[in-house]
Amino acid sequence: MIPVLLILIPAVTGLLSFFIPGAKGAKVWALISAIATLVVALYGVCTHKAAVAGVDASWLPAMGARFTLSMDGMARMLCALTAVSFPLVFGATYKNEYDKPGSYYALMLLLQAGLMGVFLASDALLFYFFWELALIPAYFLCSQWGGEKRIAVTFKFFVYTFVGSLLMLLGIIYLHGKTADQSFALQAFYSVKLSLTEQIWLFWAFFIAFAIKMPVFPFHTWQPDAYEQSPTGVTMILSGVMVKMGLYAVIRWLLPVFPEAVAKFDHLVILLCVIGILYSSLIAIRQDDIKRLIAYSSIGHIGLMAAAIFANQQIGMQGVMVQMFNHGINVIGLWIVADAIEQQLGTRKFSQLGGLAQKAPGLAILLVVMAFANIALPLTNAFVGEFMMFNGLFRYNVWMAAVAGISIILAAVYTLGMVQKVFYGNTVAATEHATDSSFNVKLVLAILAVGIIILGVYPQPVIQLTNDTVQAVITKIH
Amino acid sequence: MNAIILSAIWGVVLMFCSVLIKNKGVYRHIAALGLLVILAGNIHETYHGSFFNIDTHEMLRFSRFGLFFNTILLAATLLYVLLSGRDVEKAGGYVAEYFTLIFFVLCGASILTSFNTLLMLFIGIEILSIPLYILTGSDKRNLRSNEAALKYFLMGAFSTGILLMGIALVYGGTGSFMLEVPRSAIMGGYKGVSFLEVTGLLFLLVAMSFKVSAAPFHFWTPDVYDGAPSVFTSFMATIVKAAAFAAFLKLFEARVGDTSAAVDWKLLLSIIIVSTLLIGNVTAVFQQSVKRMLAYSSIAQAGFMLFAVFSLNDVAKEGLLLYATAYSLATIGVFAVLIKMKDVTFEGFNGLARKNPVLAATTTICLLSLAGIPLTAGFFAKFSMLSAVIKTGTYTWLVVVAVLFAAVSAYYYFRVIQAMYFKEGDAQTEEVTGGFKVLLIAVAALVILFGVQPQALLNWFYF
Repeated sequence: MIPVLLILIPAVTGLLSFFIPGAKGAKVWALISAIATLVVALYGVCTHKAAVAGVDASWLPAMGARFTLSMDGMARMLCALTAVSFPLVFGATYKNEYDKPGSYYALMLLLQAGLMGVFLASDALLFYFFWELALIPAYFLCSQWGGEKRIAVTFKFFVYTFVGSLLMLLGIIYLHGKTADQSFALQAFYSVKLSLTEQIWLFWAFFIAFAIKMPVFPFHTWQPDAYEQSPTGVTMILSGVMVKMGLYAVIRWLLPVFPEAVAKFDHLVILLCVIGILYSSLIAIRQDDIKRLIAYSSIGHIGLMAAAIFANQQIGMQGVMVQMFNHGINVIGLWIVADAIEQQLGTRKFSQLGGLAQKAPGLAILLVVMAFANIALPLTNAFVGEFMMFNGLFRYNVWMAAVAGISIILAAVYTLGMVQKVFYGNTVAATEHATDSSFNVKLVLAILAVGIIILGVYPQPVIQLTNDTVQAVITKIH
Repeated sequence: MNAIILSAIWGVVLMFCSVLIKNKGVYRHIAALGLLVILAGNIHETYHGSFFNIDTHEMLRFSRFGLFFNTILLAATLLYVLLSGRDVEKAGGYVAEYFTLIFFVLCGASILTSFNTLLMLFIGIEILSIPLYILTGSDKRNLRSNEAALKYFLMGAFSTGILLMGIALVYGGTGSFMLEVPRSAIMGGYKGVSFLEVTGLLFLLVAMSFKVSAAPFHFWTPDVYDGAPSVFTSFMATIVKAAAFAAFLKLFEARVGDTSAAVDWKLLLSIIIVSTLLIGNVTAVFQQSVKRMLAYSSIAQAGFMLFAVFSLNDVAKEGLLLYATAYSLATIGVFAVLIKMKDVTFEGFNGLARKNPVLAATTTICLLSLAGIPLTAGFFAKFSMLSAVIKTGTYTWLVVVAVLFAAVSAYYYFRVIQAMYFKEGDAQTEEVTGGFKVLLIAVAALVILFGVQPQALLNWFYF
């Protein structure tokens, strides 16, 4: 029942939200809905496994598609991330004013429903449904409430992902025809017998779809523009949760289904990832816009996770699980700071900012915590994840790990550079009359900071939660 | 049988109404009533047999597929009359006659879903086409409408010629007009495939491709669809096209198997499909008028429907039913809104969402369905076409091409959505009644219903 509720609560409250006229009502409604989902998700994560066994109902008997949801460790972890993110995002942007607030929050909640569905579905057709359903609200959100160039940029984002999804759809139909009982079930896909040539073709059909979503170099070109132009509340979800769809899908639908093709191409994919890591880190150093900097930094982090997945080492995979959660909350924290600055000062350019720490000490302290987490300093949550991922990559190939390791230094360069340019030095015209950010922003950031440190010292809960998935995937491949 | 006879009778009834009843507003109610009667008659025939017991000498054969297809066509027409009936009144001075002609088209359409000899195919196509020539030119003071009608008539006459030649050649080759001729019954005991038969079938392929506006026989489509009054374009692009596809599928299903030794039909059809998808989609991208864009989009959608003729398996048959439903619903919905727009260019839609959110939202759902986004009927329509091709096991590259063009199609459908929602503007619409909005919402709801549960439609078919 819990998996159904996780999708149903945001979907129903989202649809109702379209009809809420006032801004205040819509905000409160969305917040209540998000908290309700969070409560259900936490219950689902904490209770014993048998209590949250999946749901399996008849859907399209003639085609062999079923409405199957299941919650293994990875699904629980990502549902928890989704459920945690939305209240934080709503809380942090509570003071922001949106045109047509009812529709804005409605689409946000529908997006949440889509994301939950992606993480829970274990029927390929259902998975595809939710995969697209998460895209449509995001498209409308970014095009309606984004920045100046939003329409063209969002459309690029949409077309990229749509092409990818269609390729995946072909793969799904083909695999469906190959299964023993003509079904779309995940287990049926796992046991399907394919020749190497078929695996290679299908591997690329699926991989391109997922690579665009993550994004992996060279499929990333939509991402910095989309992150920059989207309203920050949506960007938080896009980079905190939505990119995890790609990583999740690789672990769930790609590695175990095409093990031979993965073994054939893992080198190439990791090479692409490493190029992406270095490339995006170098570009991040040169950025003059907070949002673009975070966007490029995010490409680097995701690239490392993708590389660790394809390295196929248990410790690396475990690290990916930890890092998927951690990256989600860290990057949301960074976006919240960026949004707080933009809302107050009306600019995101480093060249127009400086000395903010004097005016907004609270925000400065919290940003520094987020920044440390972004560099993966020990004691922050990201350290654990990155350490494990580098460990896995190192076991796979020393040179790849060494080259990717340069990104740690580069991350420090651009992240600390950002802190310095925005918060230290003398105040400038824009920051002359700045004040500290409002209570809700600080509250959310403080919650995140506490989370970052707790998970940095004691990451065991996440590792334990996702252990079953890691074991299952690793045994499947080897 | 019911559909053929009743629609002919109702056409005549409406013709007399134009003499007896002077109030123009009444005709569309009579038409809607007639459609309900025919629909009921057709459904009765599907499950319990016909009201009329006429020996057709095997010239017509009423299969479950054909009757079900009739139901879809009639239901779509009913929806069309309810949504756009008022606009038929504005197309010109002879309102009752327009409805009469629509009923005659339906009569032709129901012959096309049940023909069993090539002669009936010819008669069906003619009964379907001739009223359309008139409807296209119904705005008789408008030069573009005149031009479209003349063009359609000349080109249509030409393709009819080809159709007839094809039929004659097939007759020459097999000695029979019947759709399915047992090889043993062919004249002279000739067991192979005769040259005449193959040539005739190639002619038939061309003529049918013309009727469904497949490239390279599509040239009439944009001009005719653009020149005709929008309300009749909507009818032509949906119901008429679907009927032509039913006939195309029926014809090739019966004939391809025997002659595939002589002609590589799959290769021929794949060339037609790829060029249809290419021309339809790429040209639609460059249009400035939504109406003309929809004309090209209907060519592109025909490319997808041709997959049913290409694969000729059970999935394809079900797929065509789904596709015809999904495509007709969505196109009727979009056209119903388009007719209400003062300006049918993309700019004319700017800011519609603010002015009239219901119209914008329902149009969006219909457009998403045309683009094949999940949760709409269009997704399962495209899905079953792709499955049908993959099931044939050959020409897998064809689906990759189709999928890439589906992505292109998202571009032009989304341009309308962008105009309605994200661009500033002052979209001018004619007055819209509350009933119209309710109907549009019903269309959108159906699109989503068939998008979540396409089984709901297919279960009927199997019942």
